[in-house]
Amino acid sequence: MNLKLNVWRQKNRTDKGRMETYQANNVNPDMSFLEMLDVVNEDLIASGKDPIAFEHDCREGICGSCGFVVNGVAHGPEPETTMCQLHMRHFKDGDELFLEPWRAKAFPVIKDLIVDRSAFDRIIAAGGYVSANTGSAPDGNALQIPKENADRAMDAAACIGCGACVAACPNASAALFTGAKISHLGLLPQGQAERSRRALRMVAQFNEELFGSCTNIGECEAVCPKGISIEVIARMNRDYLAAALTDRGAKKSAGGEA
Amino acid sequence: MVLDSKIPSGPIEQAWDSAKFNMKLVNPANKRKYSVIVVGSGLAGGSAAASLGELGYNVKCFCFQDSPRRAHSIAAQGGINAAKNYQNDGDSIYRLFYDTVKGGDFRAREGNVYRLAQNSVHIIDQCVAQGVPFAREYSGLLANRSFGGAQVSRTFYAKGQTGQQLLLGAYQALEAQIDAGRVKMYPRTEMLDLVVVDGKARGIVTRDLVTGKLESHAADAVILATGGYGNVYYLSTNAKGSNCTAIWRAHKRGALFGNPCFTQIHPTCIPVSGDYQSKLTLMSESLRNDGRIWVPKQVGDKRNPSAIPENERDYYLERRYPSFGNLVPRDVASRAAKAVCDEGRGVGETGLGVYLDFGASIQRLGKSTIEERYGNLFDMYARITGENPYETPMRIYPAIHYTMGGLWVDYELQSTIPGLFVAGEANFSDHGANRLGASALMQGLSDGYFILPYTIGNYLASTKPGAVTTDHPAFSQVTKEVADMQNRLLSIKGKRTVTSFHRELGKIIWDYCGMSRQGDSLKVAIQKVRALREEFWRDVNVPGSGDDLNQQLEVATRVADFFELGELMCIDALDRNESCGGHFREEYQTEEGEAMRNDEEYSYVAAWEYGGYNGQPKLYKEPLNFNYVHPSQRSYK
Ligand SMILES: Cc1cc2nc3c(=O)[nH]c(=O)nc-3n(C[C@H](O)[C@H](O)[C@H](O)COP(=O)(O)OP(=O)(O)OC[C@H]3O[C@@H](n4cnc5c(N)ncnc54)[C@H](O)[C@@H]3O)c2cc1C
Ligand code: FES
Repeated sequence: MNLKLNVWRQKNRTDKGRMETYQANNVNPDMSFLEMLDVVNEDLIASGKDPIAFEHDCREGICGSCGFVVNGVAHGPEPETTMCQLHMRHFKDGDELFLEPWRAKAFPVIKDLIVDRSAFDRIIAAGGYVSANTGSAPDGNALQIPKENADRAMDAAACIGCGACVAACPNASAALFTGAKISHLGLLPQGQAERSRRALRMVAQFNEELFGSCTNIGECEAVCPKGISIEVIARMNRDYLAAALTDRGAKKSAGGEA
Repeated sequence: MVLDSKIPSGPIEQAWDSAKFNMKLVNPANKRKYSVIVVGSGLAGGSAAASLGELGYNVKCFCFQDSPRRAHSIAAQGGINAAKNYQNDGDSIYRLFYDTVKGGDFRAREGNVYRLAQNSVHIIDQCVAQGVPFAREYSGLLANRSFGGAQVSRTFYAKGQTGQQLLLGAYQALEAQIDAGRVKMYPRTEMLDLVVVDGKARGIVTRDLVTGKLESHAADAVILATGGYGNVYYLSTNAKGSNCTAIWRAHKRGALFGNPCFTQIHPTCIPVSGDYQSKLTLMSESLRNDGRIWVPKQVGDKRNPSAIPENERDYYLERRYPSFGNLVPRDVASRAAKAVCDEGRGVGETGLGVYLDFGASIQRLGKSTIEERYGNLFDMYARITGENPYETPMRIYPAIHYTMGGLWVDYELQSTIPGLFVAGEANFSDHGANRLGASALMQGLSDGYFILPYTIGNYLASTKPGAVTTDHPAFSQVTKEVADMQNRLLSIKGKRTVTSFHRELGKIIWDYCGMSRQGDSLKVAIQKVRALREEFWRDVNVPGSGDDLNQQLEVATRVADFFELGELMCIDALDRNESCGGHFREEYQTEEGEAMRNDEEYSYVAAWEYGGYNGQPKLYKEPLNFNYVHPSQRSYK
């Protein structure tokens, strides 16, 4: 099949950027979307042009490196599928595609389809962990965790940090991402001691990073390649409110530290 | 050079405790004066950086991805072993030790493996405390499964995403240390060389992958935890960015390379479908618990699998290995698949594939049970191939998956360059000639959480902090060498792309130094690799410049190093005149076609010294002694 690609090209952070058009010919339906771009890039290099920069690593849908917007949809048309796992059999001959980077204030474009997602790391650094220094742990089975809770924690922990939720949200909110980590740890007994501090600090950092606030639109859930449910946002809000109300002192000091 | 493994003498059960007791300690108040560089943020590097930060050292951690959370450890599916014996099925530290030494076909150090088995139990405790959501029973206790043909259930798992959850645990611990100011993280930064001053590792030179800037970083010790080099084969189950550059550059600076030809081929991957293919996807080997592997009996039988009646199918693993059947170890299953395909009985368009058939299990257990056990894997298969594995058998073929070889290290994980430590898949590791399933995650975390925090302290305690800074002329000298190489690559502007070279190199290594090897053809391979390398340096086209984000330049640098490593792999494979584990030399097999070891002459670790661009590397041997597990022929009949 042959496709027409309109791709966002931007040299660096300060360049204004523009769409450019390329032809992808003889696309094999068994190729992944990124393999299709690999072939386009080989042709660009051969003709002395700059190849399209896009982020990728595992190509198995788990590292969260890849991701851009195809015809207005983050990670393209297939549900629960990252760009690296999207195969060309879902497209047809003659299709015209528009590829753009994640668009969000908190995710500045670095080059072409690559954005800076380091804000996510800073949200985790603010409290997305259990402080258990190496060597201090009791026996793994000392703590019984109901299977149902463990499974629900796992569902939230499946987040790959790709940023599609932010890209899809009209407010460019990071609520699904932040809520997923707060839920993962909050559902487990190990996460209880720091639960309030975690919610306060992670939400404070989220606000500092120029993400918009959540107005319950649900676009994030629709594009999440791991099917994470917006229930995690409700859980985050609950933890945050409870912490803010019952523990003003903590809020103060956490706010002071943030 | 005499290779001193520093294995403590005395009973193996007490060796690690006594080693720890004998190690020197750094005064708590002084720890912050020492700086440590950790290259890599996977299970090994992430856990080491976090733990060293917790101890109070001043840590700098580097990775080439945009976030430390994306290291390729994230992709491990199956699970992690630990000798907890929670199932009361006869497991013990000794049994895990025994299985690992035997599984490695008697080419690993007993002392290291015993310590690994001891540490395994602490790893699970640590990860649970961090909030890793391991699978649980209805009782709320931890669940286990048997994996990779083990006779006991000792594998802990988190759905099909064990590596992801373990890595996120380490990553979160690392982020906590970053927040506390004890670790400084450098993402999108690639180490391009090691700086050695007066024989000691004193720092690294890196490239900022966004601005292209070359930078110097000095430290009192350097840890490399940069993963495996499976991408020398181009197609592998590794991530696209996985590479050997950090360890190869250290090798060129004097670190010996251990057992480079010991690589692991995984039997159950999705076969190659076309020339555009950029990587191979693993299907967890747990599938072999319920899937039956077969090919048609007739050469060239191109019928649809459902049209081939039972009596015309060859369930070759069940036939050849009646007692282990489809659960034989990885190396054995891979070679058997290659053998039937070489006979012309392979399936699929390319003829390089065998069936993994769930028909019988679905009939016996029902579709819902199979769905519950393997649903996510079946979905992944369907997504990639467009076929429904509930209805038609999966097609699978072996692919390169793991590299047991790596930089040689002693018991303290120190390389032959003092102050340079190597952890995780990057070192020559505890797996001998073949790694057992679910043991790499265990080793990476054992190295990072429980070994380096002690051995780094021991090294630093006799080092003056901050003795060398980036003002030392060695840094500008190394930076110049790095820049020269980069400029050379950029100035060729030839006709072939980097990928076309990488693909061709990978094919040579796969054909000649892959699943089976042979003396004369290895000699041919060495010539071919050299010739292609010359062409690369003459005709490669690396577009763009060095002073911005240039993904082609990144890959070109890595491929240049793969050329040299690929040649060393062939040299090592040629030198080892025996078959053991993943290293199968056709000349050395039993009458039934099984690997034949030669313990008299080859019971050693091969550690190679760099011999120059066109020179001959020099071999050093570290003899292996087996005082506990006595070498025997592996038999899975
Ligand atoms: C698909 C797959 C499935 C697997 N499943 C299992 C399993 O079920 N059980 C099991 O035990 N093992 C499994 N393994 C093996 C195991 O996952 C790996 O051996 C292990 O995770 C390697 O960890 P590591 O920390 O050594 O390296 P990695 O996780 O690969 O980390 C390497 C790090 O080094 C960095 N790096 C590399 N080069 C440079 C450089 N030059 N400069 C700066 N940074 C650099 C990278 O950015 C990264 O942070 C699997 C492997 C694969 C590929
Ligand atoms: S490349 Fe890793 S998720 Fe797509």
